[in-house]
Amino acid sequence: MAEAVEALAAAGADGKVLAGGQSLIPLMNMRLAAPGQLVDINHVAGLGEITAEAGGVRVGALARHAEVEASETAFAAQPLVRRALRLVAHPAVRNRGTTVGSIVHADPAAEMPAVLALLGGSVRARGPEGERDIPAAEFFTGPMESSLRTGELAVSAFFPAAEGGTAIVEVARRHGDYAMAGVAALVGPDHARVACLSVGAVPVVVDVTEAEGDWARAARIVRERIEPEADIHATADYRRHLTGVLAERALKEAADA
Amino acid sequence: MHEVTLIVNGVPRQARVPARRLLSDFLRHDLGLTGTHVGCEHGVCGACTVLLDGQPVRACLTFAVSVTGQEVTTVEGLAKDGELSPVQRAFAECHGLQCGFCTPGFLTTVTAFLRENPAPADDEAIEAVAGNLCRCTGYQNIVKSVHRAAELMAEEGP
Repeated sequence: MAEAVEALAAAGADGKVLAGGQSLIPLMNMRLAAPGQLVDINHVAGLGEITAEAGGVRVGALARHAEVEASETAFAAQPLVRRALRLVAHPAVRNRGTTVGSIVHADPAAEMPAVLALLGGSVRARGPEGERDIPAAEFFTGPMESSLRTGELAVSAFFPAAEGGTAIVEVARRHGDYAMAGVAALVGPDHARVACLSVGAVPVVVDVTEAEGDWARAARIVRERIEPEADIHATADYRRHLTGVLAERALKEAADA
Repeated sequence: MHEVTLIVNGVPRQARVPARRLLSDFLRHDLGLTGTHVGCEHGVCGACTVLLDGQPVRACLTFAVSVTGQEVTTVEGLAKDGELSPVQRAFAECHGLQCGFCTPGFLTTVTAFLRENPAPADDEAIEAVAGNLCRCTGYQNIVKSVHRAAELMAEEGP
């Protein structure tokens, strides 16, 4: 791992980490990304582990989506992780793609960044100056942008167990596609919040504790807080409406979980 | 340039390739195994699906150098001793293909799927092929082929 961090630091702004490659390689194939150097971490030992820790589960940078999805350790710590992973692309992509890679890719339409943001998890980064934990709230800074510094390698992500029930629902044009809208919800005895996909530059976390279990009211709060954009799949208004409907559904499901 | 060694369909194969070589291009151009088809080249169509250590992956979204030392099964490796595999026979029997371009990806995907789930329900069979696009068949006969392959495998044993 030391060698990977060294190579990444030496590559500087020209360097990019290659793990599962299920986001990076399509970008390269379409010539949308052309990194000068790739640091392939696929053969780095010790990065594939999924470990139970106090208050949650830690997922290593090389743990494939399919492995995390199947992991009883991860499921026992936070069942939302498995449920959300089943919505990530198709099995053939999940066999190769990594959960930490998807988080670092920081696509606001992706499920795992939203799950990390909802649960208040963190990303552990290792760079030339050592290791640091970056809370999810500070990690996502824009579409496909994170607060990882040049030369830093994300070595793991921590998903907190979080008190309460969880759920995730989404609507996609086709099975396995990126969702037009989606909502992950967490409902505990004295808190309720949601994280919304595809309605902002980063996963949008909205605290709806004040709705006090009136999930229709919570949906109105969510609709006011989000700023969706239009694209070829949906208008901004439709996305706003849909996100409200999904928020109500996800909150209900999480409250009953 | 990198020396890449893969066990392809049980045979060790080696080539010197640039780091940028996709597994799909490695198989087709460096090893001459043109059964693996390249459709969309960004992971959507599933035509290039091969089995990596037994699990389906997109060969177009994998660099050959990343998987050196691992085992790859392509569509060429499904038939045994000149006899088509149960999945291949089922696709032929049920007309699960027309032009055949997408077929290698379906065959590898379904082969791995039936190993994990030898008697799938209809919705499971549909979901199993949801990551592969076919522009000819309308999928009905492909789903039939999945069920027929499961039957053939159950009759013939492992």
